[in-house]
Amino acid sequence: MTGFFLKRLLGLLATLAAMSALVFWALDILPGNAAEMALGADASPEAVRALALQLGLDQPAWSRYLHWLQALLQGDLGTSASYGVPVAELITERLQLTLPLALAAMLLTCVLALLVGVTAAARHRSATDTALMAAAQLGVAVPNFWFAILLVLLFAVKLHWFSAGGFDGWGEGIGQGLKALVLPAIALAAVQAAILARITRAAVLETLREDYVRTARAKGLSETAILCKHVLRNAAIPVLTVMGLQFAELLAGTIVVENVFNLPGLGRLVFQAIGNRDLPVVRGCVMLFAVMVVAVNFGVDVLYAAIDPRLRRRA
Amino acid sequence: MKRHPGLWIGGALVLLLLAAAGLSYVWTPWPPFEMSMAQRLQPPSWSHWLGTDAYGRDVASQLLLGARASIAVGVVAVAIGMLAGSALGLLAAARRGWVEDLLMRLTDLGLAFPAILTAIVLAAVYGPGIGNAMLAIGLYNVPSFARLARGAANAVWSRDFVRAARATGRGTWAISWWHVLPNVLPLLVVQATVRFGIAILAEAALSYLGLGTQPPQPSWGRLLSEAQTLMAQAPWLAVFPGCAIALAVLGVNLLGDGLRDWLDPRRDRSPSA
Repeated sequence: MTGFFLKRLLGLLATLAAMSALVFWALDILPGNAAEMALGADASPEAVRALALQLGLDQPAWSRYLHWLQALLQGDLGTSASYGVPVAELITERLQLTLPLALAAMLLTCVLALLVGVTAAARHRSATDTALMAAAQLGVAVPNFWFAILLVLLFAVKLHWFSAGGFDGWGEGIGQGLKALVLPAIALAAVQAAILARITRAAVLETLREDYVRTARAKGLSETAILCKHVLRNAAIPVLTVMGLQFAELLAGTIVVENVFNLPGLGRLVFQAIGNRDLPVVRGCVMLFAVMVVAVNFGVDVLYAAIDPRLRRRA
Repeated sequence: MKRHPGLWIGGALVLLLLAAAGLSYVWTPWPPFEMSMAQRLQPPSWSHWLGTDAYGRDVASQLLLGARASIAVGVVAVAIGMLAGSALGLLAAARRGWVEDLLMRLTDLGLAFPAILTAIVLAAVYGPGIGNAMLAIGLYNVPSFARLARGAANAVWSRDFVRAARATGRGTWAISWWHVLPNVLPLLVVQATVRFGIAILAEAALSYLGLGTQPPQPSWGRLLSEAQTLMAQAPWLAVFPGCAIALAVLGVNLLGDGLRDWLDPRRDRSPSA
């Protein structure tokens, strides 16, 4: 297990290194223009040159990358061009919304998907199965931001149960904060839950056909016990893989959904940073999003090994 | 028909989508860009089937035009992903060893960048636009095609007819092109339909954020972002473009699922990724 873990950890570090270079390079394609971009089209050439010097743009790209990486490892993501405060500070503040939102949505996704997927598989080819899968098929096709708009239309505009958007922070109490995140989390989770429910159903059906399930039935185990003890654990591998990938989609989804609900999270920050031509913020946010995705997939890899001992030997 | 209802419903919806885009070139109920202050924010009626927007433009006409943007982005993005991804996957399967390891590590890396993230990077560097949206969604499609092509191609490489071709002295590239590709193509086509649906959703999201189709060109995503500010007065504006997206994606997905079952009848007809 330790060897497996170390090998995966090395892979993770290599991926993170490649990713940081990719993100840096992608936002550095126009090196001469980074200063122009920050100042706008009508800045004087002197101001542009001064800022270029200040940003170290006269240095070669690899040297700037190493400097950036060194600062990054010390938690320094540079200073925002539009807010004038350290990017790390901005991101930490905005994460207080995005992280709870993404986690709540992920939790909701898992609960909904497992419930729907396992129920549908347990009643394979029944009316319940057909209805649940039709709903899932429809859910996969619905854009999350439109679902969010419909939720606002129904629960905020018509019924006045929730506010249409905005977030006053956690200062007012956890309940108030969570209330603001209910609709966004549902909007994010519904689509992903539909995808995961289909995967879960397929994985459970696949496992139900295994010989050991027949054995378990033959020795008189109840269907519930078979599902909980034998099927779920074995169906977990494909479900976990998709969950890991879905976390990336969920994080990307927060960018859109935070805009629908006007929530001051990371997604809104990076989106506004494009409009403000605030490259340090864009770079920091994109890097953070990508790191979170890679870290979660690493976690999924390690979890596999915990669930399925066969994978430890193979790696 | 009885055995594959999804295939037929999906096919019909996809035809409807294509017909809507085609029709928009020759006929729309109203001139799509014609503004009229007297006609603004009309609810659906006999003269304006789906109502009018804040400038008095006919929503039904704009929806027909919006189908073009969805199809254009879908086709280009899937083409980028399919061509680049299949080439990488076939290369990985043909060379094995470190080439395969490196390429698969790269696709893992690619999976960490959802389309919106790539689009944000592209928009930050080059400014927002439909071209950048196509490229971002296309790049996002590459890893999925690469993984699928590599997995399927690896299976083909171990088959007897490939060994026979090897024995007759055919080179790696000739075998990849003449023997491996034709055998993995059906899978790639099914994947293309699935990714087409995802591309339509991504285009809508990017256009909603203002990072995709630019005004005055109508797109379903952008219609929704305009509708959001008028939700209390004109809820129909927020309903119809979303229905159009959902129906188009539903059609493409049903067609993809149906094609997969039809091509591989041994599989249980249960949906999966």
